[in-house]
Amino acid sequence: MNLDFSQMVPYIPFMLEGIWVTLKFVSMSILVGFILGTILALCKITKLPILKGLADIYTSIFRGTPLILQLMIFYFAVPQLSGYDTSPFLSAILAFGLNSAAYVSEIIRAGILAVDKGQTEAAEALGVPYKPMMINIILPQAFKNILPALMNEFITLTKESAIVSVIGYLDIMRRAQIVGADIYRNFEPLLFAGVIYWIMVYLLTQLGKLVERRLRHSD
Amino acid sequence: MIKATNITKVFGENTVLKNISASVKQGEVVAVIGPSGSGKSTFLRCLNLLEQPTTGEIFMNEQEITKEKTNKLEVRKHIGMVFQHFHLFPHMTVLENVTYAPIKVKGLSKEEAKKLAKQLLAKVGLTDKLDAYPNRLSGGQKQRVAIARALSMEPEIMLFDEPTSALDPEMVKEVLDVMKDLAHTGMTMVVVTHEMNFAKEVADRVLFLDDGVLVEGGEPESFFNQPQTERAQDFLAKIL
Repeated sequence: MNLDFSQMVPYIPFMLEGIWVTLKFVSMSILVGFILGTILALCKITKLPILKGLADIYTSIFRGTPLILQLMIFYFAVPQLSGYDTSPFLSAILAFGLNSAAYVSEIIRAGILAVDKGQTEAAEALGVPYKPMMINIILPQAFKNILPALMNEFITLTKESAIVSVIGYLDIMRRAQIVGADIYRNFEPLLFAGVIYWIMVYLLTQLGKLVERRLRHSD
Repeated sequence: MIKATNITKVFGENTVLKNISASVKQGEVVAVIGPSGSGKSTFLRCLNLLEQPTTGEIFMNEQEITKEKTNKLEVRKHIGMVFQHFHLFPHMTVLENVTYAPIKVKGLSKEEAKKLAKQLLAKVGLTDKLDAYPNRLSGGQKQRVAIARALSMEPEIMLFDEPTSALDPEMVKEVLDVMKDLAHTGMTMVVVTHEMNFAKEVADRVLFLDDGVLVEGGEPESFFNQPQTERAQDFLAKIL
């Protein structure tokens, strides 16, 4: 047992830069996942069998294969087919965003189905068209109920983002490995990276609680 | 004003409505009564197309609304509905509940909608609850908001689906009083109800449904005093 953080000190700015790099693609992925997930969820509850089928197949594929495989396909395999180099940043957003959408769509679908059917009927009886009904009446109630599950998904995504290091994207994880190789000590940089992830997730959790409290004002 | 001819509704293997024909005139208050499961609510829900009749036609102001290509939303703008379980929007305040449809569906400005909503909420006696959320209200208050919400679209006809069945006994009166006032203003109303006194006092006509069949209909006085059919006699004997 000989921990020595002093050797790491010069590398701290380099490691901290990773926070921004990670946050940049994680927040984009969350956004992509959330918007696409909402659309997929709406497809799943329509009466149109084609949309429903496509959304189900999508979910099945993205949930049924490893995320690391999807990431590598976007980074290594897609350029081979398209002749167009996907940057690590773009590959990461695509893999994490599209993957997250599959999970988010299931959460939102369950949330929509859990809203009392009477709400739809009340809106229909007033002559409210489908789109405003969904946006103003059904989805706000659904989101309130699924917020904890949704936060959970975002937290998972933040942590799992560490696997982008396999495509050489310079996130927190990758930086910890580089520092480790540089100073021939792995425990200190990995511990440091772990603390950063923990703090990020902690802040995200607090943010979730804040939003939840605000949504509960009608209770 | 609204006329149903030979309405049949089938759910899977169940025939819930059997060949029902009935009409409601402008300004008329019609009470629909009958035992549970007799199809009263389904009949009411067919009138604003929340349920599509399996066969038969419904006409509103001489226009058939049961056609395939009918714009249901357009039809429903003119038909207000009040539900047994209120179905207020829980994430909106009382005022937002009542202004939502006029703004989104009718295109009223916020100020116009608010003015209208305040008038309606005053009419149902809830001026002091404008900014309250529904879960802060009693059942009777919720139902009165729901009535104001339905009226906010300025409908030509109002449908009530057992509006007092989910209320505590002491709150039934406040809702019935609002409905009475509404009837006195000349609103056309169809009311599915178990409140026989309301049917007697307020309704111009009573329709008695049993097992999906329109068994008997007529003026409340003659219906309650001298029911013609055995089924109506049985029913009234049980509840009165």
